This record gives sequence, C-alpha cells and structure tokens, in this order.
Amino acid sequence: MMALLIRDLRLAVRAGGGFGLGLAFFLIVTVLVPFAVGPQSDLLARIAPGVLWLGALLSCLLSLDRLLALDWEDGSLDLLATAPLPLEAVISIKALAHWIATGLPLVLAAPLLGVLLNLPLDGYLWLVVSLLLGTPALSVIGAFGAALTVGLKRGGLLLSLLVMPLYVPTLIFGAEAARRGAMGMGVETPLLMLAGISAGVIALMPFASAAVLRINLR
Amino acid sequence: MSIWEYANPRKFLQSSERVMPVLWLSSGVLISVGLIWGFFFTPDDYRQGSTVKIIFLHVPAALMAINAWFMMLVASLIWVVRRHHVSALAAKAAAPVGIVMTLIALATGAIWGQPMWGTWWAWDPRLTSFLVLFLFYLGYISLWEAIDNPDTAADLTAILCLVGTVFAVLSRYAVNFWNQGLHQGASLSLDEKENVADAFSNPLYVCMAGFVLFFLALVFYRTGTEIRARRIKALLARQRQEA
Repeated sequence: MMALLIRDLRLAVRAGGGFGLGLAFFLIVTVLVPFAVGPQSDLLARIAPGVLWLGALLSCLLSLDRLLALDWEDGSLDLLATAPLPLEAVISIKALAHWIATGLPLVLAAPLLGVLLNLPLDGYLWLVVSLLLGTPALSVIGAFGAALTVGLKRGGLLLSLLVMPLYVPTLIFGAEAARRGAMGMGVETPLLMLAGISAGVIALMPFASAAVLRINLR
Repeated sequence: MSIWEYANPRKFLQSSERVMPVLWLSSGVLISVGLIWGFFFTPDDYRQGSTVKIIFLHVPAALMAINAWFMMLVASLIWVVRRHHVSALAAKAAAPVGIVMTLIALATGAIWGQPMWGTWWAWDPRLTSFLVLFLFYLGYISLWEAIDNPDTAADLTAILCLVGTVFAVLSRYAVNFWNQGLHQGASLSLDEKENVADAFSNPLYVCMAGFVLFFLALVFYRTGTEIRARRIKALLARQRQEA
C-alpha cells in the first residue's frame, strides 16, 4: 500500500505539471473574482470564504480525470485489480494520493489567496481548518466520479456533471464554517457536520468506487 | 404466480399492453376532472386570489418528481440484486419523466412565486433541493447516454442512483441548515393542522391520483419502447454477423 501511495505521488509530481496545475487554477480563479465583482474590499471580504471554497472545489474537480485515466490507458489499473490488494484499498490510496498532491497544497495556498480577497483576520484559522476537514471528502467523492467515467473517451465534462451534485453537502457545510469563522460566529455545528460527512464518505465511498471500477474493468 | 414473472420481457410487454389503455384512460379522466374541478369549482383564496389554483399542477408534479427517483432507486436495486433487464430499462425509462416532473414543479412554482413572493426564484431549502434533484436527474440521464454497452450502463447508473439517493437526502438536510425557508409547509400530511383547506384538498387528491397513473402509463410505455429498441439492436447485430 505504501509502495502504491509513493508511486502515485511520484507520478503526480513528475508527470508533466499535473501537480502544480490545480494550484495555478486556484490562483487564477481567485484573481479573476475581483475583476468580475469589482474591487470593493468590504464586498470581497464578505464573499472571500465562499469564493475560496468554490475555487478549491473547482481545482479539485479539474484534476480528477487524471486520477485513474493514465493508469487505465497503460493497463496498470488491470494489474492493480488482479493484485492481492483489494480494489477498495487501491481506490482509497489513489484518493489519498490525490488529496496529498492536490487537496493539501490547496489548503496551504488558501490563506495566501485570502489576503488577495481581503479575508477578515478571524477567518484564516477556520478557513484552513474547514478546508483541511473538507478536501479529503472532495477527493474521495471525486474518486467515485473518476471510477464511473474511467472507460469513456471524453469523460471529463460528464465527470464534472456527475460529481458536482455530490459535492453539494460538503460545500454547504465547509463554506458555512469558513463564513461563520470570518464573521466571528460560532463554527462548531457546521464544522462537526463537515467532519461527519468527511468521515462517512471516507469510510463508505471506496466500496461504491471499487464496485464501479470492477464493472468498468469487466 | 409471482411478481418476478414480469421480469420476462415478453410477459412484461403482454401484460403492460393490457394494462396501459386502462391507465391512459383513467389518468386522463382523473387529471381532467381534477383540473376542471380545481380550476373552476373551487373558491379563490382570500389572500392569494386565483393564483392558488396552480397547486393542482405544482403539488402532483413535485410528488411524482420525488417518487420517480424513488421508483428508479427500487428498480436499480432490483437490477443490482436480481439482474432482470426489464427492471434496469424501467429505471432508464422513468428518468426523463422524472426530470420533466421536476421541471414542471420548478416552473409552476416560479410562476406562482412571482406574484406571491415577489420573486421568480429564492434560495429556499425546498426550491434548492429540487434544483439539486434536477442536477441528479441530469447526471443520471447523461451517464446512460454516454455508455455504449447496455449492461455496463445499467450497472453504473444503478450504483450512481444508489449513491445519488444518499447524497440527495444529505443535501436536503444540508440546505435546511444553510438557509431559512420561504416555502410553506406540507400541503397534505397526516397531522391535519397545517393542511390546505378541504375545498382544495379533494380535487388535489384527484389530481395526484391522476398524475400517479399518468406516470405509470408513461413508464410502462417507455419501458416497452426500450425493450423493443434493444430487440432491434440485437436483431441488427445478428444480421450483421450472418452477412
């Protein structure tokens, strides 16, 4: 399992920009927002938590089709499926690798981009905490979407269409926690709900993803 | 005589063709009676005026939008467990009907909301979760369309339906938390405190029954079409093989 994780991480870092691409996308989305809504700092401060959450979600989505597609094309997915490691573990490891390569850098970059959007001082801690709790759920749910569309030629757009409705609860609680944090209100309830969703999907989603992957590998 | 006999496509087609005229006729009669009764023979509401009468389309459509998804869930489960093709095709056939019902509910709601709430759309929990349901239907239908192999498509969409159900319910409660509601409570429920008045509820029941039968007729009809489409595909494939 460690070997697979290390292999996936190496591939993510080395294979031509997949690693930095999500971050760059996050940066450009955040930079574009003030152009779209205007530079008033109080408006930006008010929407900053939501924009940063949405940006992180979209960057995560952008990198999902690479999660399985390369392994599918060169046949290593078939090898992994016949390996003694259960497919549920394989998909969990792949989601974990995706999170370390995409989610974690997004979490670390979010405070820096918060400065650009004039995020209130109280908000930084809760923004990072909510992203830290929420992005694993994004990766695990995304792995399910990637497994659903892995056999398709142009699955990228369909992948977004399938995964985005599944992101609704995570986004609601994550952005709500960040927003309440920025406004100096109590964040316990949305944070607990967010943590609950993350824990639930990490525990259950790999089974659905593996089932879907088995169907696609038939 | 068990219900599983109808898993045989021939048997299903035979009996659905016998049932369908009854369904078409009774649903047509019930919907016409319900709508005419509702539109012309109920009093105007003292606050909402005649706009209240859109309820006779809105509530049955919303009811069927949710129950169509529920029916797809049951059919998907049957397909996953017992692998009857008719069941998978019934789920496929119900999805477009469900999405249209969702659209009708959203559209009639907007038309009513404009004069009453002063807005076509509000991010109210009920409205929002219906929009999310619409997105789920969209994803489900697109996945069916995207995959060539019918068995793979049936398997994948079935699992998407199961997972989607869990997330749709989650979203329903998440949006409750996220915004306060503008939408009124349940129109009909077992504890009668907040129900609509009797003058409205009787034609509403008729309309709802009509919509249920109408939905069943449409699903039977579309399932039959899907079965025949698959047969044609199989025949063409065989012909090509022989040639």
